[in-house]
Amino acid sequence: MSKTDLLLDVRNLKMHFPVKGSFLSKTQNYIYAVDGVDFSISRGETMGLVGESGCGKSTTARAIAQLYKPTGGEVYLKGKDLIKASAGELMEARKNMQMVFQDPYASLNPRMTSGDIIAEPIRIFQKRGLVDMGKDAMNERVEQLMERVGLSRFFKNRYPHEFSGGQRQRIGIARALALQPELILCDEPVSALDVSIQSQILNLFKDLQQEFGLTYLFIAHDLAVIKYISDRVAVMYLGLIVEISGAKDLYKKPLHPYTQALLSAAPIPDPKVEAQRRRIILTGDVPSPDKQRPGCYFYDRCSKRMDHCKTQRPRLKETEDGHQVACFLYHDPE
Amino acid sequence: MTNEVILQVKDLKTYFTVDEGLVKAVDGVSFDLHKGETLGIVGESGSGKSVTNLSVINLIPTPPGKIAGGQVLFHGKDLLAMPQAEIRQIRGNKISMIFQDPMTSLNPFLKVSTQMIETIVLHQGLDKDAAKQKAIEMLKLAGIPAPEKRIDQYPHQFSGGMRQRVMIAMSLSCNPEILIADEPTSALDVTIQAQILEIMQELTKRLGTAVILITHSLGVVAGTCDTLCVMYAGRIVERGPTDVIFEDPKHPYTKGLIRSVPRLDVENSERLYSIQGQPPNVIDLPDCCPFYPRCEKAMDICKKKYPAIANFEQGRAVSCWLYSGAKDE
Repeated sequence: MSKTDLLLDVRNLKMHFPVKGSFLSKTQNYIYAVDGVDFSISRGETMGLVGESGCGKSTTARAIAQLYKPTGGEVYLKGKDLIKASAGELMEARKNMQMVFQDPYASLNPRMTSGDIIAEPIRIFQKRGLVDMGKDAMNERVEQLMERVGLSRFFKNRYPHEFSGGQRQRIGIARALALQPELILCDEPVSALDVSIQSQILNLFKDLQQEFGLTYLFIAHDLAVIKYISDRVAVMYLGLIVEISGAKDLYKKPLHPYTQALLSAAPIPDPKVEAQRRRIILTGDVPSPDKQRPGCYFYDRCSKRMDHCKTQRPRLKETEDGHQVACFLYHDPE
Repeated sequence: MTNEVILQVKDLKTYFTVDEGLVKAVDGVSFDLHKGETLGIVGESGSGKSVTNLSVINLIPTPPGKIAGGQVLFHGKDLLAMPQAEIRQIRGNKISMIFQDPMTSLNPFLKVSTQMIETIVLHQGLDKDAAKQKAIEMLKLAGIPAPEKRIDQYPHQFSGGMRQRVMIAMSLSCNPEILIADEPTSALDVTIQAQILEIMQELTKRLGTAVILITHSLGVVAGTCDTLCVMYAGRIVERGPTDVIFEDPKHPYTKGLIRSVPRLDVENSERLYSIQGQPPNVIDLPDCCPFYPRCEKAMDICKKKYPAIANFEQGRAVSCWLYSGAKDE
């Protein structure tokens, strides 16, 4: 992978949320939602981000989009650090980076027509002089986008409540495409959809990627969905990435004990396969990310833990076959 | 699993009257549940899975809902024709339920002990101390650590997975014959889902309880259910043993559904199959096959009449003109 291919480079990204006591008291504690995440995405690639609820997947996406002001780290989009960027520079960068959200009911303004929703990003950038598009051209573009995502252009004047969940998600996707971005951050875009609709939307994402050369950061908690859509997958646990690898390798040969447990817990829709599977059942729940731990964050639930896992934190390191894994089973403590 | 049928649902119809018209949420559903069997009901949202099971225990809010026809025979007695006082003796006792969201089905103001003891005292006639002992024992079986301490806590002090364990303990505390689990793991993470499904299977097997498992996840069904009913727009379109249906799905909807789920264990480099179109609006559905606008094999007859049930070996039944056409025409 050459340097020029790199579109997004995230280094040691941290997002800590203060937990306040009462109104006047000082900040008492922090939730370490994302606690030092490193990864990069090259142009045209789909990076899957998978993990259980509360592991910091969505926070990572939002911190990249600068919807939160990250506590620390660097986020380079096409070589420019977004965290240090000025408001103007950030605006310019956002033209290149759009988001699709999970809940197609909450992410569309109920008082705007679908046409207005899709045109809104263009309008916003036009006001600031970053896009130059006439009224007719904008109309034309909205209609093209609607048809591209599988909605009739005659639905332009309808309101979100007149659409089904799958159709709403298509509106959200059209809106994300309006400014012709290179990177789309997809935060659980198919989790709220039924199975038959989910596969339609997944295929739409794939088609759009080929057609427009898009790059995706694709978040989901469903491992099979991630496997289908991604080129590479990062597995998160408690605000940290524990493993990154090519999608196929990860499923064939998961290295981190957490990845292994996660994969074995995911049900497979085939009774014959299910009857022969041996599950690794993890004990306990995901701990709360309210404190930083000296050792491995997975220590309490790990079946292969060793003594030094409790006192030293493993870093994400490359193994021979291109896997990156943060576990002392694969490299020695420093 | 034995051959004794404990619950027989016959041509169940539940309709809701709304401003826009009549919603036939459940429209002629029939199935049998055998002793100790785990029966799965799958379908997409709005297909009538939950309404079917609320109708079985006669919990449909009336109005707007109304059970418009059919019978639910529990050991030969019709639950739908029973007076309220009598069905209350069965509900929560012989037939109990687990719902999707354990936070909304547990009372947040009452300690877990209060809620569990209430059920046990009411249905089993034990005194309070004995009931508490029984409750602690059940929590322990459901895999809750230190149950003697946890029992005096409030629901918010439990995590999602733990709350669902409390629900399981509570619903099994009266040794029910049937457990109805409505999307019991849909709100949970995969690792917790695996824990809950395992504990549910283990406990119901030990107690000999039959389970009706409602879910939208084909993966969950594949791992847990003996028999399977696939619902679409208020009707069961295909029914049969789980492994046979997965091996050789007959109804085009079942086929499409199975093919459109991405799989972990297969090299899926090729494009995922997807069923075209949207699930139908169930308001004022015409009396034809509701799947025909999305069906690849739709024929003229599909637009005119709802297909009769075609029976196959091993207790399989399919409602599709591809199979029932020849006999009727």
